[in-house]
Amino acid sequence: MDDKLQKAVEALTNRCAAQTSEFRSDISLMLAAEQLVEACQILHEEFGFEILAELTAVDYWPQQRPRFHVIYGLRCLQDNLFLMLRVPLDGNAPSLPTLTTVYANANWFERELWDMFGIQIEGHPDLRRILMPYEWEGHPLRKDYPLGYEEVQFSFNFDEIDIRKPYAKE
Amino acid sequence: MLEQSNVTITEVSVDEIRHLISDRAPKGETVLLNMGPQHPSTHGVLRLLLELDGEIVVNCIPDVGFLHTGVEKNMEAKTYVKAAVMTDRLDYLNTVGNNLAYCLAIEKLVDLDVPPRAQAIRVILTELQRIASHLVWLGTHALDLAAMSVFLYCFREREHILDILEMVGGQRMMTTYIRPGGLWRDTPVEFEDAVRKFLDLLPARIDEYEALLTKNPLFIERTRNIGVLAKEDALRWGATGPILRASGVAHDLRKARPYSGYELYDFDIPSMTAGDTYARYVVRVEEMRQSARIVRQALDKLPYGPVRSSNRKYVPPPRSDIGTSMEALIHHFKLWTEGFTPPEGAVYHAVESPRGELGVYLESDGSPKPYRVHWRTPSFVNMQVLPSLAKGRLVADLVALIGTIDIVLGDVDR
Repeated sequence: MDDKLQKAVEALTNRCAAQTSEFRSDISLMLAAEQLVEACQILHEEFGFEILAELTAVDYWPQQRPRFHVIYGLRCLQDNLFLMLRVPLDGNAPSLPTLTTVYANANWFERELWDMFGIQIEGHPDLRRILMPYEWEGHPLRKDYPLGYEEVQFSFNFDEIDIRKPYAKE
Repeated sequence: MLEQSNVTITEVSVDEIRHLISDRAPKGETVLLNMGPQHPSTHGVLRLLLELDGEIVVNCIPDVGFLHTGVEKNMEAKTYVKAAVMTDRLDYLNTVGNNLAYCLAIEKLVDLDVPPRAQAIRVILTELQRIASHLVWLGTHALDLAAMSVFLYCFREREHILDILEMVGGQRMMTTYIRPGGLWRDTPVEFEDAVRKFLDLLPARIDEYEALLTKNPLFIERTRNIGVLAKEDALRWGATGPILRASGVAHDLRKARPYSGYELYDFDIPSMTAGDTYARYVVRVEEMRQSARIVRQALDKLPYGPVRSSNRKYVPPPRSDIGTSMEALIHHFKLWTEGFTPPEGAVYHAVESPRGELGVYLESDGSPKPYRVHWRTPSFVNMQVLPSLAKGRLVADLVALIGTIDIVLGDVDR
């Protein structure tokens, strides 16, 4: 690992209780949602991670709890570093603080997150759907959202089919 | 919200965007006007909601998603190789580049080797595609600024590149020529000649476009000091590609994090400090010349050898082996029915597309289908700069600004 990246990772480990993992030379840090904004501020101001390159989420329903992992990819141009943050998020009313205060371009990324995964972003200046039509119901990239081919539920067998239908029953 | 304004469900009420427009709009001092989604200057299906004070843009609210096809969701339901076919359709001006980003992510995930010949051909094709993409950009951008002839010239040259793509991949645009572990097949014998012929012709043609535009007072009037993006703002908005480079940050992933053997070639990263529409024009035109330089070097050094990895767990065997080797037959059958199963893990790989950083986040759960694919597309991120550039400018400038960001709506909406 690069020295400067090592320092950034150590800072986050000590100050934000982040856990480091490495896969195919990509470093990712797991940290709690409460620490997210602080961690990004540290990376942005002290280590020069100026660009928010990537923001997305993964839905692990139904195998794993917590249900979501939100992934942030930060890039430091000066030292040519790349770092990923992973924030686990519970599936029950998932919400995250906004990053628009640190990175302006988090705006659309977070709207996409809301649109596709139904993750509420606290303090977001403009949280509307972005890719799906505004009157759309549901969040398509969740794993319990079907990709077509739905079993048709008639009134006489509604409950029967509902039992084996894969969606989050909460 | 909808009940309040008493409109039908198919209409967006003004309340929904109340926080994005000024206080003058409800009083009727400014006008709200739709630009697009069907508009020749929005380069596809982009809708802009404009708040206008006469001809001055007070606020510009982009509305995207008209071309959303759910590619990411669809890819989760297909095997890795089948999903590759969908990647061409994202950024339809950078089809080979999309294949490349996706295949590099898979190769990183499974730690797959790519033979040198395949890498060199990948570079040649993506650089040709970059030239083609910039040609479309230049043509349409000039067309927006009322220079019709440039458009015709640019498309004439682009046709040569599409012919080359058709020669190698059988398709003009959606080739899916780059596959995990290498290429679909080797290039035909006439490939080298065709590329060389094009390279001989291109520099003079670029001079021709420059003769039409670079010192053209009308063009300069419409572009210089229009849409100035300061370095800090470019970084704050996460802009990448020519937009960032025209604002004084010479960042290019081909140099910063070389992939596919870009470290073997000698090329410059053009950058400007002005950050205006004209600077972005200069950067892109110079990029075409640099791409041609890379292609020429790659052709000169083009090694002979296989174009696909010999790792049979991931890459199908050559057709000739299937008739004689039982093992090859089994591998072929397994790969085309079940597909390959990469190890569990998540990777992010980014390449430099003509528009900026094109990244693929790929997560595998050990099954033959990708568990999650996310396309970090440059147009989607760069597009966010538009409202701040357009504020306070004329509607006519807005047309220049849409062109200068070089969006491809397939890339924005995915």
